Parts: sequence; C-alpha cells; structure tokens
Amino acid sequence: MKKLSVFGWPTYIWFCAFLIVPLILVFITSFLTRGTYGGIEWHFNSSHYTNIFRYEYIKIFLTTLKLAFTTSFLCLLIAYPIAWVLTTLPKQKRNMILMFLSVPFLTNLIIRVYAIKVFVGYDGPLQAILKALHISYDQFSLTQNQVLVQYGMVASYLPFMLFPIYVALEKFDYTLVEAAKDLGASNFRVLWDVLLPNTKMAIFNGFTLVLVPSLGEFVIPDLLGGAKNMLIGNLITEQFLKSRDWPAGSALSIVLILMLFAIPQIIKKFFLRQRRA
Amino acid sequence: MDRQRPQAPRIFLLLTIAVIFILYLPIAVMFLNSLLDHGVWTFRWYQAVFVDTYLHESLINTLIVAASSSAISLLLGVGASIAIGKGLFSLRKSLEAFTFLALGLPELVMALSLLTLFYLLRISSSLLTVTLAHITFTVSFVILTVHSRTITLEKYIDEAAMDLGASEWQILRTIILPLLKPACISALLLGLLLSFDDFLITFYTIGVGTDTLPIKLYSEMRFGLTPKLSALSTLMFICTVLLSITMLRTGVIKNIVKK
Repeated sequence: MKKLSVFGWPTYIWFCAFLIVPLILVFITSFLTRGTYGGIEWHFNSSHYTNIFRYEYIKIFLTTLKLAFTTSFLCLLIAYPIAWVLTTLPKQKRNMILMFLSVPFLTNLIIRVYAIKVFVGYDGPLQAILKALHISYDQFSLTQNQVLVQYGMVASYLPFMLFPIYVALEKFDYTLVEAAKDLGASNFRVLWDVLLPNTKMAIFNGFTLVLVPSLGEFVIPDLLGGAKNMLIGNLITEQFLKSRDWPAGSALSIVLILMLFAIPQIIKKFFLRQRRA
Repeated sequence: MDRQRPQAPRIFLLLTIAVIFILYLPIAVMFLNSLLDHGVWTFRWYQAVFVDTYLHESLINTLIVAASSSAISLLLGVGASIAIGKGLFSLRKSLEAFTFLALGLPELVMALSLLTLFYLLRISSSLLTVTLAHITFTVSFVILTVHSRTITLEKYIDEAAMDLGASEWQILRTIILPLLKPACISALLLGLLLSFDDFLITFYTIGVGTDTLPIKLYSEMRFGLTPKLSALSTLMFICTVLLSITMLRTGVIKNIVKK
C-alpha cells in the first residue's frame, strides 16, 4: 500500500533534525576545546578520550555496569511472575491489580524518590524502628547508600520489563500450558519449558529497555546514592552543567553510546542463539 | 474464546501483592508526613501549597509540555508505524534504525545532545525546547507500542478489502485505525507517563527561570525534606490516582487488557 507510506515522512524528518544532527554535533564537540567560560572553542583536541582511561573513571564505569545488570536481572525476576499472574487472573481482579501496579509508575520519579527519602529520613519510620530496637546506625549511610539506589532503580524500571512480557503472555496460547499440565508438568516446568522459550523476544526487549536507561541514570544515584556512589550519568552531568566542560562530557557520552550499542548485541548473540540450539 | 486460563502458581500472586505493598509503603509514609506538624494532625502544609503562586506556574508548565508532546508524538508515531508496517515507505529501514537509536540512547545522552543543538543554533531554553525534546524521546516509545500491533494485523484482511474495491484510505480509516485503537491508547498513556515522569531531559533543556513541578521538587528537596514538600508530592500523587481511576471508568485500561 504505497500511499500510506507518506505518513512516515514527518517522523523521519523529525528524527533527522532532533536525533541524528544533535548526535553528530556531540561527536564533533568531543574533539573540540573547552572555552574559557564554558561553551565550545573550535580547536581540534583529542585529549578528552585519552583522559577517560583513568583509574577513577574506569571504576565509575564498572560500578555503573554492575548496577545496570543487577537492576535488569531483578526486574526480570520480579516482572515475569507478575505478568504471568496478571494474564491468568479473571478480568476483575486483573484490572484491580493492574491499577494498583500502574499508579506508582504513573507517579513522577522525583516524587517516588522523595517518598523513599522521607521513609529513611530523620523523622521516618525506619529510623524510629531502629531506635526502638536499640540498633545503632549511621545517619548518613542510612539515607544515602547503594541498597537505596538499587531499590530505586528496580522500582523505576520494573514497568519497562513488565510491559513487553505482559503483552507477550497476553497473546500466548494458554492451551499449551493446559496441555503441559495434563501431561504432568510442574509449575516450574511450565515456566521453564513452555512460557520462557515462547517469550524470549519479549524478555530480551524488556532486558534492553531496563539496561539502557539504567546505564545513563542520573537522578536516582544523585539523590539516593550520594557522592560515594557516582555513576557515569553523574559524571557526565557534572561535566555539562557544573564544570561546563562540554567537550569532555561529550567524549564520555560517545563512549557510553558505544557501550550501549555493544552490550545488547553481545547479549542477543549469547542469549537468543544458545536457547535455540 | 473467553475460556479460563490455568492459574499461575499461588506464590507468584503473593509476590505480586508484596511488590505492590513495597511500592506503596514509602508513599503512605509521605502522606502521613504531610499531615503532621510536630505530632499534631494538621492541614496547614496543604494550605501552604495552595497559596504558593510559583507552584501554580510550574503546574501549568508541566501540563502544557505533557499534553502537547504526547499528542504530537502520538500522531508522529502512529504515522510512522503505519508507514513501516503497511506502506512501502522507501526509507523504512533507516526509520526503524532511528527508532531503535532513540530507544537505545539513554535520556541523558539525548538531553545533552539536544542541549548542544539548541546552544549551537542559539535557541534559548524555554518550554518550547522542553516540548521538542519530550516529543523526540516519546515518539520512539509510541512507535514501539503501535508497531508491535501493526505487525500482528493479518494481511488477508487488507487484501480482502482491496479485492472488494476499498481504496487505501478506506482501509486505513475502517480497518487499520480501529484495529490499532487499543495500541494507540496505550501509546498515548505511555507518552503522557514518560513526559510527566521526565526529569532529566527537562532538567537539561529548560534553562533558568522556568520550572516544571518535578524540577521544582528536585531543587527544593536538595535543601531538605519538609512537610510542605510532602504535601505537594501527595497532591501530585492524588492527581495521578484520580487520572488512573478515570481511565479505568472510561474503559481505557479494560480495552488494553482485553486487547
């Protein structure tokens, strides 16, 4: 249907103007020099890339990778059973649970982070409980630590895992599950041999959808992690908005982009091929 | 085929309920915090929020950006999905690649690249730049949602319609769009959600002097948590709840569930 293809043009032009051109500009900027008052001066300079291979930077990159992968795994671990439960419940209950689940995620990230901070904060119930039990704790490490960052990330990115899996399971032909059960399969075998292999693509999509924003996360570690738990996102934001070193920030972003392209490809090769064999 | 599906293991239902509990616990605590003044129940923090004119301005800004960006990105995204899935769009491959690129980029990179673009074009930051930025990142999610539906549409329906003499526009209007409606609704919801939820791209592209509610909340909570901020957050949360219930009433979510 040839005529319908005209609808592709507006989006195509939009992406060129606001996605491709800006990225090219970032790439160019990463080879330029920082102006005296921030901004950009048009002198070639490739030192921003060699500067990245410093111990402190490498450490930040590794911390970020670790956190992003744990977040994706935890999301999968939690989202898959929920999607399974949702697609097998009668409609009324399903709607109710869907509503309860969707409300926190419709809520702004900043609000959720704020609520977590109130929960662990000075007047919060956590400190009250610890006091009542006479457990000594450290004010600062209680309100800013890695566990909180991890919780915040999982709580924020769960729907990105839940959506694709839910859609896949919703379309799934459950008579296959009935057949497997009639033949004596346990719940675990139903999950492992029937559901999982048929929703591989959805899992991969969910995994990527969680992994990618986690790698560039800035807000959650900024507000819940403190200076000790710095991630790539915090580093880049610091370069762009605080020290106003745009070329250095651009170089870091280019490295981040390269990582983001490489990692899903590696997972895809590893994960999708192996199971097909 | 409205046949009962075999139930998922009971323990997973418990897990679902536990997850809901853990998600709501901090919000409940925040709500209590907003109602207490040194151990006494009070509404004074809510009064403080309502009389704050700066907050009114931020609220209006937030609404303008979310509504306009999600509407425009829905139009763009649905068009693109149809062109990719049904039309013979000549640049189909690169459009798909752009979509995955937009999805694959973390918000942060998109934010700073747009900041660089606006800086080099000498466009000063305003609500316009924020809206442009929001459209750019929501449109890819719209395409993802709607496109996954277009590829499941059976070709023979179109072919049958064509054999019966329907024009391409008629097929679009009477077959494709009605079939895509549930996907469009969930895409619009996702667009609104992403725009409302967005802090980072807004943070980079909004400039000095203008605020959306999340930006306001972020900058104020850096100076400490106050019951007034809890009241503001609670109000924003209640708006979300009301919105969700309205959606349930109008059957939007039901349609998605029924698919």
